Amino acid sequence: MAKQAKKNWSKHSQLLVPLLSIALIILFNAFRDPSFFSIEVTTNNAGSTVLTGNLISILNGASELAILAMGMTLVTAACGGQDISVGALAAIAGSVFVKVLRAGEITPLAIALGFVACCAVAMAFGAFNGTLVSVFKIQPMIATLVLFTCGRSVAYWINGGATPTVESPLINAIGSFIPGVPVPTPIIIVIITAIVLSLVFKFTTLGLYTQAVGINQRAARLNGINTTGIKLLSFMILGACCAIAGVIAVSRLSLINHETLLLDIEMDAILAVAIGGNALGGGKFKVAGSVLGAYAIQALTITLYAMKVPSTDVKAYKAIVIILIVVIGSPVVKAKLNQLWKKLTAGKAGKEAAA
Amino acid sequence: MKKFAALLLAMLLVLTMTVGSAMAEVTVGIVNNPPSESGYREANVKDFEAVFSAENGYAAKTYYSLKNDEQLAAAQQFITDGVDYLLISAAETTGWDAVLTSAQENGIPVFLFDRMIACDESLYEAAVVSDMANQGKLAVEWLIAQNLEAYNIIHIQGAMGSDAQIGRTGALDEQVANNENWKLVVQQTATWDEAEAKKITESVINSKEAFNIIYAENDGMAKGAVAALDEAGISHGVGKDVIVMGFDCNRWALRELLSGNWNYDGQCSPFQAQVISDLIQKLEAGEALNLESKKIISEEKGFDATTITQADIDTYGLGE
Repeated sequence: MAKQAKKNWSKHSQLLVPLLSIALIILFNAFRDPSFFSIEVTTNNAGSTVLTGNLISILNGASELAILAMGMTLVTAACGGQDISVGALAAIAGSVFVKVLRAGEITPLAIALGFVACCAVAMAFGAFNGTLVSVFKIQPMIATLVLFTCGRSVAYWINGGATPTVESPLINAIGSFIPGVPVPTPIIIVIITAIVLSLVFKFTTLGLYTQAVGINQRAARLNGINTTGIKLLSFMILGACCAIAGVIAVSRLSLINHETLLLDIEMDAILAVAIGGNALGGGKFKVAGSVLGAYAIQALTITLYAMKVPSTDVKAYKAIVIILIVVIGSPVVKAKLNQLWKKLTAGKAGKEAAA
Repeated sequence: MKKFAALLLAMLLVLTMTVGSAMAEVTVGIVNNPPSESGYREANVKDFEAVFSAENGYAAKTYYSLKNDEQLAAAQQFITDGVDYLLISAAETTGWDAVLTSAQENGIPVFLFDRMIACDESLYEAAVVSDMANQGKLAVEWLIAQNLEAYNIIHIQGAMGSDAQIGRTGALDEQVANNENWKLVVQQTATWDEAEAKKITESVINSKEAFNIIYAENDGMAKGAVAALDEAGISHGVGKDVIVMGFDCNRWALRELLSGNWNYDGQCSPFQAQVISDLIQKLEAGEALNLESKKIISEEKGFDATTITQADIDTYGLGE
């Protein structure tokens, strides 16, 4: 019985760190200002009833990060490295989306077309990254450095103009609220993406194969897994994630600024994967952990803003908290804690036996 | 026959030479930042292309870079090529002495535009620049003229330390320090990032602190802040709860003014080419410039949503 419990425990222990960090941030806020969590029902300027409040801001604001973290988890698991070009690629995808929408009238069909186009472009760039990594065996961080460097220039070339705008109620429906739905649309998009991804894991062997490639590539190949294909696929899925994130980011403001769209998000995405307890060297992974990690990061940012920490200092405070989270989650500390736990329980058992 | 042909050839040569000299072009070397830098730069580059064109009697050589060392090398190359005039918008304010001295030794007049260079005034003919501090002053004066009882301001700053940020922050900071009823609810930098501006505004809305003015240091950040207002159902614009102020005069921003969704937009003029061209024509005609000051400030104004017209948008708007 105890063994059973322990097994379940270790199976889910990976999620412990992100859950603990979110709990810590919530606890901190509960003491700091209980009204932090209040959710209000208001009428927005488009006339529909919507929810607002810090909790909604956290869930809403983390959407792009959560989606990118899902894709990043797969790449990390399969390749044992990270893609640092996701921000630049999202800018390219967003730029393609804007380009298509500006070609004519904005209709639901045009939006669908724009999304398909930017998805195709982003997945093609993902395949480019994936080819460098899987076929040419280049370190993922170095391979994706190419796109990281030139991506935003490419995004600029696609549209010309510095900040092209796309105004339409349909775009607002993607970026903020669908009339009549009180939950921000980006949150819904995250949920849909998560459901699609988990269905893929449930009904295909993608998850298992990815894990196998990440743990031992040679063994996986000898067992008949197409390791090159799996790595390539992981980058293409991340490409699709970049497209979704790019479309959300563009729709939020009805405008694209190629230089600042999702700037520096690659580091947060990698961090989300790390906080989620995934090994950055590849192998076993839990997408749910990374998503929780993304929400933890956003909760931290929103908390710091609520405390009016100057935004130039936010990064420094974030770094401090991140050091804590990562150190607590590190194997060395985990082993030490386990030892301590064993000692305590052993001592207890000994005392009980003596009594 | 041979002699006749030679004569004809010689005559042709003379003819082309006289025609050539009659159409004598003024060659200018333009060193600028690339148009992808911003909407401002895009308009700036277009302005120079339009004014220093072949139709206006110019042969322009251009070089774009965000890097000072590349700009320096390009300027040196222009001097070696023997351009008539050198026009510079420097990436950094320092390091230009050697190149400017070399231009002077070669008798090439230098004009600075958009950005000043930290060097001796004798090294250039004139500098046509924007006065960022004046832009801030104009905006604050407009705000004072609104005669509000209380000024509770969300101040969203640009990249800290940039010319535009320092200038546009200065006047507001001073006004807030000297007046009881002026208060900064929050003063944060969004480093020109629209999404960051939205987050900052959202955090104030969630904190339920009262505010009635958004003072964003460029149009994009004002748009981000307005997106947050829209989601929370807070009205903004002419005669509404919150006053929205931006800078740069992008066309789309001025259209927001025209439809009354925003209240004020401060101009930052990228149109310096005509002023410089006029000065060059004076020099070409052999006149002395006799400028009161070598620093020529571009005329800039602020637009009020209640008085702006479509003609203003067509004339002063940047981009599309």
